[in-house]
Amino acid sequence: MRDTKKMPASTTTAALRVRDLRKTFKDVVAVDGLELAVRAGECFGLLGPNGAGKTTTIEICEGLTVPDSGDVELLGMHWNSHAAELRQRLGIQLQETQLADKVTVMETIRLFSSFFRHGPPPAEVIALVQLEEKMNSRVGGLSGGQKQRLALACALVGDPDFLFLDEPTTGLDPQARRQLWALIEQFKLQGRTILLTTHYMDEAEQLCDRVAIMDHGKVIALGTPRELITSIGVEHMVEFSAGGAAKALEIPALRRMDGVRDVRTENGTVRMQVTELHRAVPALLEELERQGVPLTELRTHSATLEDVFVTLTGRHLRDE
Amino acid sequence: MNDITVVPEIRPRATAGRPASQAPRDGGLAGHALVQLTLTRFREFLREPEALFWVFIFPILLAAGLGLAFRNRPAEVLKIATVTPELARSLGQDKLLDVQQLAAHAAEEALRTGKVALLVEPGPGGAVVYRFDDTNPEGRTARMLADRALQRAAGRVDPVRVSDRLMREPGSRYIDFLIPGLLGMNLMGSAIWGMGFAIVDARRRKLMKRLIATPMPRHYYLLSFLLSRLVMLVIEVGFLLSFGIFVFKVPMRGSLADLALLCVVTSLSFGALGLLIASRARTIEAASGLMNLVMMPMWIVSGVFFSAQRFPDMLQPVIKALPLTAAIDALRANMLQGAGLAQVSGQLMVLAAWLVVCFPVALKLFRWR
Repeated sequence: MRDTKKMPASTTTAALRVRDLRKTFKDVVAVDGLELAVRAGECFGLLGPNGAGKTTTIEICEGLTVPDSGDVELLGMHWNSHAAELRQRLGIQLQETQLADKVTVMETIRLFSSFFRHGPPPAEVIALVQLEEKMNSRVGGLSGGQKQRLALACALVGDPDFLFLDEPTTGLDPQARRQLWALIEQFKLQGRTILLTTHYMDEAEQLCDRVAIMDHGKVIALGTPRELITSIGVEHMVEFSAGGAAKALEIPALRRMDGVRDVRTENGTVRMQVTELHRAVPALLEELERQGVPLTELRTHSATLEDVFVTLTGRHLRDE
Repeated sequence: MNDITVVPEIRPRATAGRPASQAPRDGGLAGHALVQLTLTRFREFLREPEALFWVFIFPILLAAGLGLAFRNRPAEVLKIATVTPELARSLGQDKLLDVQQLAAHAAEEALRTGKVALLVEPGPGGAVVYRFDDTNPEGRTARMLADRALQRAAGRVDPVRVSDRLMREPGSRYIDFLIPGLLGMNLMGSAIWGMGFAIVDARRRKLMKRLIATPMPRHYYLLSFLLSRLVMLVIEVGFLLSFGIFVFKVPMRGSLADLALLCVVTSLSFGALGLLIASRARTIEAASGLMNLVMMPMWIVSGVFFSAQRFPDMLQPVIKALPLTAAIDALRANMLQGAGLAQVSGQLMVLAAWLVVCFPVALKLFRWR
């Protein structure tokens, strides 16, 4: 037998495999025994609230932070043995990088291109992120969305196999976010493997083939967005507020209603997880009338990843 | 368990729809990472009008201002007063005296208020009285000149025949002293500011972290500072020296090659110091505080504007060990005395010592994120 390494066959299909990763900063445990496997060609999302350990995790995978323990295998390589080769094949976008203001878009791309052995010509990369018109503008004069697209372009200059995007749309207005999503969709079509972190559930639902929900440095749920949403067993959410009468509300009676899975109250708002909307809503109205509670607001929506997170942790994703 | 050789050559992706640019980058000098990094340094510097002012315009303004204020005037004519026309005529023989004939009270007033340095009055029996402040050098000189004029007018013949040969040579004026001082100060300022601000700013913006996330070799980043510094050096030094040479005729007695070497060593030494200052600071405020702390004492004690010899002997060993003192002493020796490298070897050793100590420590402490 000529080979020395013994590995399960599945290794070859995972572009990134993370085993039992741990990282502690002073007394804060940022990553706590994390396990991940990102398949080649998929867009994988790390979803979680601020402070869940997403950025620490992605920076360990990017080789920028050294873990206390655990193993990262990226494109079949490891950081301690193949750092130079890995750097050539990764595209990285960090959270909150401010590129130099006085330098133009073209000059920035030329600079980043010069670090990579292969890759498309600078003009082509700029066209890819639709910044042709700003090619000779200084970075300092770009809008937030344009800067973020330039940051994306800097990640693409080496024609990467694996793209890391850390909170790519944080702080952008809705239009700029949608524009960026369209670009990321395009990269997916080009067959690049993408790992992105976000605390926007809609972003994860829109872009990711699979999502790992993180909380306190651990993965607490993993699957396609659809799988995760169906895993909580509810299709719909009903939220209402009963004004000052909320305290008088008989919650157990609501729980007993047909098609209702769970009821929580939060600052005078009642959130109900519901399997069958068309039966639950009339039943709710009837029940409130019976209890003599006036209804001031009623909202229903299909369950989202946010609801998955709330169901799993009792907290919201964006408790900021 | 399957036995599989895992080679790090997985390119797991479809190629459909990719930009068709798998070809290696065209080599070319302009595409080299080090060239691109250095160009970026230049662009950032040249597009910062304030930096241009401080590096190029400010030293010139300073040299021009101080050069003008401390210029050597032609031998001064001394103002004296007298009260009789005879005395005025005799005194007027000396071209270095500006004689005013005044009424007695006006003459006394002029003497008291310092408008004239000497008052010559007739005494009893053809004698002459000189009234002046003997603690004032001008008064003493005026007395000697006035006395010589009066005695000669009265018929005195000097026993020894003398003649004057005047020497007003560049090299001993204040501006000659100042230009090498400003040159040293400028080399220090641009190396420390140039490196310090750029590095701390890149760290603060997380741009440095972004760069190390690329395959960029880290030493290229630091080398780009060195290269841009050396190119800027030529422009900076050339600018200030040409100003000194063409406007003030400051002498350049030493070898230009030696001077260039001194400038390069000085710049490297301060560059290392700048790197050390910027090695950990995360904010511009922290860095500029540190830079001022390091540079301010040297501006004062290292002999930029006045000789470092004026400080007490006790302090001299410390002052001589400062890099700016060494740099300025060496530059002055080269430019004004025409000293060769051997004569400034002590100063070169001091500069080299700062370089050899600061650079490795800075690299050791350097924080990339």
